[in-house]
Amino acid sequence: MTYKIYIPIDSTSLSLGANEVYEEIKREALKREVDLTIIRNGSRGLFWLEPLVEVETSNGRVAFGPVAVDDIKNLFDQEFYIGKDGDLCLGLTDELYWLKNQERLTFARVGITDPVNINDYEKYDGFKGLKNALKLDSQSIVKTMTDSGLRGRGGAAFPTGIKWQTVLDTPSDTKYIVCNADEGDSGTFSDRMIMENDPFVLIEGMIIAGIAVGAEYGYIYLRSEYPDAQKVLNKAIETAKNKGFLGSNILGSKYNFNLEVTKAAGAYICGEETSLLESLEGKRGMVRYKPPLPAIEGLYGQPTVVNNVITLATVPIILDKGSEFYANYGMGRSKGTLPIQLAGNLKQTGLIEKAFGISLRELLYDFGGGSFSGKPIKAVQVGGPLGAFLPEQQFDTPLDYEKFSELNAVVGHGGIVAFDDTTDMSKMARYSFEFCAIESCGKCTPCRIGSTRGMEVIDKIKAGIDQNKNEKLLRDLGDTMVNGSLCAMGGMTPSPVISALNFFPRDFGLEKRET
Amino acid sequence: MELSENQKIVINRHVEAFLDKPGALLPLMHAIQDDLGFVPEDSYPIISKAYNLSVAEIHGFVTFYHHFRTHPSGKNILQVCRAESCQAMGSEDIESYCKEKLGIDYHQTTKDDAITLEPVYCLGNCACSPAVMINDKVVGRVTTDKIDSIIKAYK
Repeated sequence: MTYKIYIPIDSTSLSLGANEVYEEIKREALKREVDLTIIRNGSRGLFWLEPLVEVETSNGRVAFGPVAVDDIKNLFDQEFYIGKDGDLCLGLTDELYWLKNQERLTFARVGITDPVNINDYEKYDGFKGLKNALKLDSQSIVKTMTDSGLRGRGGAAFPTGIKWQTVLDTPSDTKYIVCNADEGDSGTFSDRMIMENDPFVLIEGMIIAGIAVGAEYGYIYLRSEYPDAQKVLNKAIETAKNKGFLGSNILGSKYNFNLEVTKAAGAYICGEETSLLESLEGKRGMVRYKPPLPAIEGLYGQPTVVNNVITLATVPIILDKGSEFYANYGMGRSKGTLPIQLAGNLKQTGLIEKAFGISLRELLYDFGGGSFSGKPIKAVQVGGPLGAFLPEQQFDTPLDYEKFSELNAVVGHGGIVAFDDTTDMSKMARYSFEFCAIESCGKCTPCRIGSTRGMEVIDKIKAGIDQNKNEKLLRDLGDTMVNGSLCAMGGMTPSPVISALNFFPRDFGLEKRET
Repeated sequence: MELSENQKIVINRHVEAFLDKPGALLPLMHAIQDDLGFVPEDSYPIISKAYNLSVAEIHGFVTFYHHFRTHPSGKNILQVCRAESCQAMGSEDIESYCKEKLGIDYHQTTKDDAITLEPVYCLGNCACSPAVMINDKVVGRVTTDKIDSIIKAYK
C-alpha cells in the first residue's frame, strides 16, 4: 500500500531545507521499501514549523515539523508515514490553533493543493468564479465586485469595483489588465505565496477582470527577487492555455484573454502603479502625474486596470460565492478578509487570513506567540517601509483601514514586522530616509533630496547639535515631503520617521515628553 | 572595453528577437544580462540604432534599475537582505560578517572572482529572517555558520 505525504515547495520552505528533506525522505523510503507518494504542495503558512511534512490519514492530514534532514531516520523508525504520533508530530493540521482560527477565502487552497496541478485546482472549487462570470454581462460582474466592498489590497485600499467601472466606462478598442506583483514591502510575502502556491487563482482573477472591463491582454509585473514565482506562473499559464482557459474563445465563449509575466528589475518604486506602467513600457520607472488616472489612460495610453496580486486573487471567490458572502466578513468599510503576514522578531511567523477587525495584540501574541528573542515587543511596523511604527499602547487597534488612518498609520499590504526592545528606533527612522534615498525615482525634490537631508538632520539630533531647532526642522521636512510629493514614496516616508520620533524620543537623545 | 565577437552575436540576437515587442527594453536587458552576466555599455549604440532611442535614454534606463549591472560580476552573487524584518532579526551582524569574511564591501567582488556581494531590499522571506540569496537560492534564518557554509560551497 502506498502512503501519501506532502512536502512544501514554497520558497520560504525551500529556504529552510524542504528540498533536502524531500530528497532524504525519498532515499530513506527506498531503502526501507516503504511505498510513498510524495506531493509537493504549497505551504500552509506556518513558517516557524517549516519544513512541515504532512501525512494523509483517514482522519485528515497529520503534520510533522519542523523537519530537519537529521530527523528523518527517527521519523521512519516511528512510522510517521502512517500518521502515527511521535517526535515532531503536531497532530491534525486543520486542528492547529494557527489554521483553525483563520478565515481563509483568498488562501482557501494554499498549502492544500499541488500548485501547478490544474485538476487539483478544479477539484478545490477552481474556475467556479470564472464559469459564473461567463454567464453574466460585464456590468453585472463589475457590480458584484462593487457590492463585495473589496478594496485594493496592495496598500492604497481603493474600491476595486469603482476602478473597474471606470475602465469599463472608458471606450477603447484596447484595454489592459496589469497585475502589480512587485511586492517590495519588507514584512510582506502574501503575493509571493499566492503566485508560488496557487497561481491559477491569480490567472482566473485576471481573466474575470478582462471579461468585466473588456480587456484581452494582461501583464503580471513580477519582481526579479522572486525567481521561483516566475517559474510557477509561467508553467501555470502554459497549462491554462492548453486547457482553454487562456487564449481565444475561453471555454467556448466569445471572450479572448492572453497573459504574460514581465520580470521587473529591482526598483522598489515600480510598485507604485504609474511608475510600474512606465517600466512595463520599457522606460525608467518615473512616477506619472495623476490625472489622468491609469483607469482612463494607463498602459500605452489605454484604459488599464492595475490591481495587486491579492486583489485579483480574491476576485474568483467573490464571483463564486457572491458579493454578499464576501461582504459579510470584516468591519465598517473594511469588508472581507485580509491576508496578514507576521514577520520580524516573532516566535511564530507566517500567513494568517482573517476578517478585518482582529487586533494587533491578538495577532502578535495569540498567533505570533510574542517575540522570538523573548524580550518585550517595543514596536511594530505595519504596511511596509512606508508604514508608521506603532508602540505597545496602540496594540489594541483593530485591523481596519479607517481605524489605522486615525492613527496616521496604514494597514497597507497587511505585513506586520515586530521589533523587540533592543531596537534603536532612531536608527529605524534614519533607515527609512536611507531607503527612500536609494529607491526614490527622483522626480519630486522633497523625496529625492529631502531623504538625504533627513538622514543628516537625524544624525545632528543624535549628536546633540541644536536639538530643538533640528527636531523642528525634521518635522518641517516631513511636512514638505507629505505635501510636496507626487506619490506615496515621498509622501509616506515621513510616517515611520515621525511616529518613531513621537513615541520614542529618547532613542533620538531627546527628553521624554507628552505625545 | 570593446565588445567581443561572441558578445556582439548575443546582443544582436536579442536585439532582433525583441524588435516587435512593446516595452522591449526590460526583457531585452534581462536577456542580455542573463547571457553575458552584465549589460555592456558598448551595447548601447547597437540598441540605440535598432530601437530608435538615444544612447542617453538607454543609459538612463539601465542605470535606473538596481538589478542591471554594466560591469561583470563574480561567478556567484550573494545578496544580503537589509530590509526591516531582517533588521529586526539581526541582519546587521550578518552584513558585517559577510563583508569581513569576504574582505569586500557591497557592490564589490572577491579577488578570486568567486562572489559578488550585493544588498537587497526584501526577498519575501520575512517569516524566516534574516535572509540572504545566493544566485537564485534563498536561505532563511541565516546565522554566521550558514554564511560560512555558503561561502565554502561557492568559493
